[in-house]
Amino acid sequence: MKLFTNNKQEVPIVDHCKPDGSKWSITEKLLLGLSFQDYKKQFFRNPFNWAFIIIFLIGTPILIERYLFGLGTVTHSSSDYPWGLFLGFGLFGMVPLSASGFMLGTTVELFGRKDFHPIERLALLNGLLGYFFAVLFLMVDLGMPWRLPYPMFVSLGPAAVLFLVAWHVATYLSVQVAEVLPSFFEWLGWLKGKRAIRSMVLGLTVSGIILSTLHQGALGALFTYAPGKLHPLWLSANFQWIHFFCSSIFGGLCMVIVVSTLIKKFMAWRCDDHFLETLDNLSLGLAKGATLAMITYIVIKFVAIAHDKEWAYLLTGWGQYYLLEITVAVVLPLILCVWAIRNDNATVVRFAALIVVLGIIWNRLNTALICYNWHLYQEIPHWKEVAITVLVYSSYIITYRFILYRLPIVYEWKGEK
Amino acid sequence: MKNKIINRRNFIKGGLGGAVVASQLKGKESQAAGAFDHYPDSMGVLVDVTRCVGCRSCEAACNQEQGLPEPEKPFNDYSVFDEVHPHGGHGREERRTTEYNYTIVNKYNVPGVDHPLFRKIQCNHCLEPACLTSCFVNAYSKTPEGAVVYDPTVCVGCRTCMIACPFYVPTFKYGSAFKPRIMKCVFCHETRLKEGRPPACVEICPQEALTFGKRTDLLEMAKSRIRSNPDKYVDHIYGEKEAGGTAWLYLSPVEFDKVGFDVHVPHEPVINFVRDFLSIVPMVLLIWPALFTGFHLLSNRKDAKSQHDEDNQEV
Repeated sequence: MKLFTNNKQEVPIVDHCKPDGSKWSITEKLLLGLSFQDYKKQFFRNPFNWAFIIIFLIGTPILIERYLFGLGTVTHSSSDYPWGLFLGFGLFGMVPLSASGFMLGTTVELFGRKDFHPIERLALLNGLLGYFFAVLFLMVDLGMPWRLPYPMFVSLGPAAVLFLVAWHVATYLSVQVAEVLPSFFEWLGWLKGKRAIRSMVLGLTVSGIILSTLHQGALGALFTYAPGKLHPLWLSANFQWIHFFCSSIFGGLCMVIVVSTLIKKFMAWRCDDHFLETLDNLSLGLAKGATLAMITYIVIKFVAIAHDKEWAYLLTGWGQYYLLEITVAVVLPLILCVWAIRNDNATVVRFAALIVVLGIIWNRLNTALICYNWHLYQEIPHWKEVAITVLVYSSYIITYRFILYRLPIVYEWKGEK
Repeated sequence: MKNKIINRRNFIKGGLGGAVVASQLKGKESQAAGAFDHYPDSMGVLVDVTRCVGCRSCEAACNQEQGLPEPEKPFNDYSVFDEVHPHGGHGREERRTTEYNYTIVNKYNVPGVDHPLFRKIQCNHCLEPACLTSCFVNAYSKTPEGAVVYDPTVCVGCRTCMIACPFYVPTFKYGSAFKPRIMKCVFCHETRLKEGRPPACVEICPQEALTFGKRTDLLEMAKSRIRSNPDKYVDHIYGEKEAGGTAWLYLSPVEFDKVGFDVHVPHEPVINFVRDFLSIVPMVLLIWPALFTGFHLLSNRKDAKSQHDEDNQEV
């Protein structure tokens, strides 16, 4: 794509009209203003696409196998370990990293911090896609995915935590679709729709906070059903939901930093100058928010240990693993962030953000898999389970990229809006 | 679009939006923290580990009663007791219930006891079942007779019940793509318990190691057995308090962890650990909208002030 942006002055498309005054058709917008041949050429020139092709060639047959012959053929899920990578990584890992939508929605729309506006849409999109693909992971993992609407309409079990998760993720997904729609409407040129959404923006943002608080927390609370199974250091009946909610705050913020870094590096042609110029400062700003959440998180993690009187566990092997997780995944990036913010160093912030993102996934995998059944035996996921997980995650990246290439997320629409 | 300022109309919209969400969801969650009433006349089974000789006839009877597939090794083959790794190298070492056998008996060689001890495993039919309280489609029910039964027609296959069960009882048909379901002991509810008859495993037991009766009576019986033979039994009835109480109760001649029981199972229903979270749900739903709309008003006070006159004219 870079190649064409240098040669053709009309791409990338940022307006309804071509330089000569005629309008872009939807097909042209979808092809980024290139001819079909040119589009194909740029697609195959990109080495990432070759990697994706290989992942799809390997993963798709395995995914089909899962739906034809059952979960047992592709996973090591068992009577002792009902949940594997699909939920451990796909649901529990991706949802906290998608908290960015409500975080920046709140910052910009609710607290009126207009300075974060250039990155708001990216955060909203990151939230929407993260949730959407977490639901896709769920569809892979559920025994009977075609019954997904059952908890909503057929047979309600309102006293269950998962019932909250289901309802809140479903409603929040619709809220997020609404929040991302304005950029789609701008791109499409349907301004009525955009105005309708804008008029609801405060309501949407407030419901976003409510729904996020509850289901980020509910994901944590799911593990309070397993008090005898999950290692006590990773489980606190009283504070589990706060742990999950609080870590999702800095997880979501850091995910936006990581994604925006990748965009700056690989997709600079798509960004407008405003986005590129403000990005360093915004990253530092996001990191500032994240550090506050990280400090809170560390404190409440230890409050939980004190509350349940679990200090003795810290001296065991599991305790050392726990301290390792806290140190590497939270304390280290916290120190890096504080240093970087003081020294205005966006590069270090980005590095710290990457650690945080990986750390969140590590924590969720610890909770869902590694420290689950700690007194039984260790489950190692089937390689086919890994292949499907990589496949679904690749579709997430591809969809993400597809939308960023087109919609005014990291650039401002020049045309009427 | 002009600066986003709060005027009266927007405020009401925002507040209403939140309130609507709150009122819609509140109804569904408000019963969440309620307590589950126990059925006073529910039935149970007392398992006396001292009496079990490991004949496996309960396994055979269960297999026949529930129409489960024929096992690889016949039920009179006692080599299964010494099998290790029945799950293909990545499972637990001990035999456990599976989708093919709702109940199994395991052998334990306990130091200091001159003969092996046997312990039967099946669903314990809790008084406040964790599977039931964790299920988001109400697939489980506790019948007045005491059985915890499962309805495969509404199950979505999320397997949270398997996470929640403190005894690792529910198993899942992972091998089926189109009709997977949870498989577990149902206390022979449909075929026997409903008519007041004991489950198949109890009826067949030649050693009277299993006694069927009202749970309250069984507790008395267990206590009197301990009282009259204090040397024979440890002074504990497993299942009296474990997981808030179970329909199946156990007596053992040795400490329970030596015959494979999980002695760390909490002595209260699993749902008690979840209540903390469930109780904050209505609070968040009701307080957050007002709180955050309030924050919005505060943080945009300057903008709002400059628009004040304009607003007044509108009204």
